[in-house]
Amino acid sequence: MSRKIIELKNLTKSYNGTKAVDNINLFIRENEFITLLGPSGCGKTTTLRMIGGFENPDSGDILFEGVRINDLPPYKRNINTIFQRYALFTHMNVYENIAFGLRIKKTPKDEMDRRIKKMLKLVELEGFEKRHVDSLSGGQQQRVAIARALVNEPKVLLLDEPLAALDLKLRKEMQIELMDMQKNVGITFIYVTHDQEEALTMSDTVVVMNNGVIQQVGSPVDIYNEPKNRFVADFIGESNILEGVMIEDYLVEFAGKKFKCVDKGFQHNEPVDVVIRPEDIDVTRREDGLLEGVVTSVVFKGVHYEMLVESNGFEYMIHSTDMQEVGSEVGLTFGPEDIHVMKREVTEIEKQG
Amino acid sequence: MVGRTIKRIYIGIIFLFLYAPILVLIIYSFNESKSRGHWGGFTLKWYGELFRDPDIIKALYYTFIVALLSSLISTVIGTFAAIGIHNMGLFGKKIVLNINYLPVLNPDIVTGVALMTLFVSVNMRLGFLTMLISHVMFNIPYVILSVLPKLRQMNRHMAEAALDLGATPFYAMRKVVIPEIMPGVVTGALMAFTLSVDDFVISFFNTGSGVTNLSIVIYSMARRGIKPSINALSTIMLLTVAVLLLVINKRTAKGDELIP
Ligand SMILES: Nc1ncnc2c1ncn2[C@@H]1O[C@H](COP(=O)(O)OP(=O)(O)O)[C@@H](O)[C@H]1O
Ligand SMILES: [Mg+2]
Repeated sequence: MSRKIIELKNLTKSYNGTKAVDNINLFIRENEFITLLGPSGCGKTTTLRMIGGFENPDSGDILFEGVRINDLPPYKRNINTIFQRYALFTHMNVYENIAFGLRIKKTPKDEMDRRIKKMLKLVELEGFEKRHVDSLSGGQQQRVAIARALVNEPKVLLLDEPLAALDLKLRKEMQIELMDMQKNVGITFIYVTHDQEEALTMSDTVVVMNNGVIQQVGSPVDIYNEPKNRFVADFIGESNILEGVMIEDYLVEFAGKKFKCVDKGFQHNEPVDVVIRPEDIDVTRREDGLLEGVVTSVVFKGVHYEMLVESNGFEYMIHSTDMQEVGSEVGLTFGPEDIHVMKREVTEIEKQG
Repeated sequence: MVGRTIKRIYIGIIFLFLYAPILVLIIYSFNESKSRGHWGGFTLKWYGELFRDPDIIKALYYTFIVALLSSLISTVIGTFAAIGIHNMGLFGKKIVLNINYLPVLNPDIVTGVALMTLFVSVNMRLGFLTMLISHVMFNIPYVILSVLPKLRQMNRHMAEAALDLGATPFYAMRKVVIPEIMPGVVTGALMAFTLSVDDFVISFFNTGSGVTNLSIVIYSMARRGIKPSINALSTIMLLTVAVLLLVINKRTAKGDELIP
């Protein structure tokens, strides 16, 4: 395991009395591709801006290679940022944009030329030196912004929804390019997005946030397969979330029945949330199912059918390549490993009541 | 068809009202005969006479110097004020903007008398310096109003991007923010220059010790009776201001509203 390059300790930031970031603790390892994921307004940008030095935390510490950098201005941090809308300098051409950081460091002309050339090659914009940035497409501007940051060889690159303004096809291409670049240049990427698919595709580590609080930190596979709570399960893709009771280790009750599962470590008869992914449920003949129900809707989604099956007052979403007629009676099965048991979230209303 | 003709006639009449006095003035500035209402043939002698009149040459000099200095000073002050206003919180911004509008909407005579009262109360002798200060004063709001839209158009994170790349705040201001808003700054400077050349009322109250500008000269000449050389001088000023306005208009035509 490589060493920690950035640590956030009890970081809190409020705007007008509302906490945008609420007591965050997180560490980021060297060369990691880490993504802050969460719905709009959950505090991702605020967290990133505190790391970059553009916002001061109300309390808590930011450590860079073990040294507290709370009071270091942005221009003294060995961190560069790709801003949400690129923020290219529109009165300069592509070359001058990329040269900006190098000129400040008084880089000799020949070295500057060499490094800029290398960067333009990396972002596939060779020959674009003299172009005016206004004349570039969104994707090209994006790549200039990346080159402008990377040419300074920062230890950490912050990216705030860098692909949000691009269309779907270009976004997919840029995702792959960014991942390749990160591998090639060996820089720590701290990436912000509200797009769960993007986060799961690109990252080594995903940090799910909601209301300024970290909900879960883990690898994309962990986050997807073992969501820690209802919010994460719901945010990371479509899910069936049921209320249940953990009878004992490896035995959970929901939908009026008891099921074997692989989870343990709960109290006896503790109320829990149970998640079953739509693609983990198999449709069988009625008499072969663990549960039985009636198909209420079928939509073809290109690769699979998305079906809703009503059983005992709950609508299960199921992804399957087999089509069932609406109105047909079916059985549903799933294995113990398909059942994900999570601690029950105390919701705001319950807290107040 | 009829509607369109009527529209055209209507507009024609309006322009006639607006421009007839100016047109008459320009025509008479080339009139050989000294008496009005009588065309004595084409001449440029009144223009020649202007440049032999030492009072007018002096006034021309002061007009130009005051316009140049006041537009430069007010551009510098106004630009930094605009940057400050732009970075203020929403509430403070509203208040300051309204305070900024006040001198724009205030009648010149009130501004002029107010400034004079101020100068007299601090025992400043009215003259070149007081006129210059008063011009700087009334120019600043216009510079602010022409720079602010450029700041608003600028990407919110432009300055931060410069800091991010290692620029000190001063370097970021010099190399990024100022160049990005330069078109607005130049427009503001041109506007300040124009307003300064154009001003009569405020200058009238805030000068003394024999320092006059062209509009004051025209005023005092007119009081002594209309000489044809006034027409010539007025024509020159009119054309100067018209050219400046055209330039400003061209610069702001690209969707940059001066008054938001
Ligand atoms: N400069 C600011 N002034 C006031 N409130 C802000 C400011 N920046 C962010 N906020 C608030 O803080 C919360 C978190 O914002 P942000 O970090 O931008 O979220 P995200 O990037 O996850 O969408 C939001 O409720 C937002 O309205
Ligand atoms: Mg954001």
